[in-house]
Amino acid sequence: MTKPAGPRMIAALVSGLVFGLGLSLSGMLDPGRVRGFLDITGAWDPSLAFVLGGAVAVAALGTLLARRMAAPLLDDRFHLPEGRLIDRRLVVGSAIFGIGWGIGGLCPGPALASLSLGLPATVWFVVAMLAGMIVHDRFVVPRT
Amino acid sequence: MSVYLISLAGGMLIGLSAAILMLANGRVAGISGIAGRLLQGRQPGVGAAFVAGLMLGPIAYRLIAGAWPAVTIQASTPLLIIAGLLVGFGSRMGSGCTSGHGVVGLARLSPRSLAAVATFITAAVLTVFLMGAIS
Repeated sequence: MTKPAGPRMIAALVSGLVFGLGLSLSGMLDPGRVRGFLDITGAWDPSLAFVLGGAVAVAALGTLLARRMAAPLLDDRFHLPEGRLIDRRLVVGSAIFGIGWGIGGLCPGPALASLSLGLPATVWFVVAMLAGMIVHDRFVVPRT
Repeated sequence: MSVYLISLAGGMLIGLSAAILMLANGRVAGISGIAGRLLQGRQPGVGAAFVAGLMLGPIAYRLIAGAWPAVTIQASTPLLIIAGLLVGFGSRMGSGCTSGHGVVGLARLSPRSLAAVATFITAAVLTVFLMGAIS
């Protein structure tokens, strides 16, 4: 990379801030509501489907713009996954993730963002989540 | 404003965040990927900046809305620890979570992400159903 990292750090900070603000506004930060969204046979709360819909629609506009660019604004090339193979790792990993998401109602973004609220329960979840990541990356699949 | 419109607006901000990261840095706004790379010491500056911004999000919300976002946690601490382990392990094994596969992957019409999202939503719905049936 020939372009300096400083501007990319600022862009990442802004992107993270907008992400965290969006999570806070949307209701995704609330594990109770997330589990209500997943509880389709009970008192189903469909509102979080609008979060995904709105997010995918705007991200798709970004994708369309990115396709017209030879390189991103602050780097020499795009770093986007191009694999299309649906393998066992993808499906088993996603199923394990989904079970954990269902139990706690927390996924990685909301878990990290809600650390700012200083709730011990969230801290426990995040410590366990990071441990799960380290176990996978160190012992199951060595760094690629 | 209806809860649906608020959720839609929040979702659009999340999509905007993903668009910013893709157009500026050429990267997927996938939280499990960013956290995983950070733990491996890869691109620590950019990853730490994103996570710092992510944690500033609820504080910005507090300043704008005048109250912290609502958080209701139903699971006990031991269950949350199990959930965290599964979320961390599974999202790395499946190369993504709700953000990387759910938002950016679907926006890019990635067949891998479509399969991942269908799998994790099904698994999560079944888990909530079974936990309700047991208790």
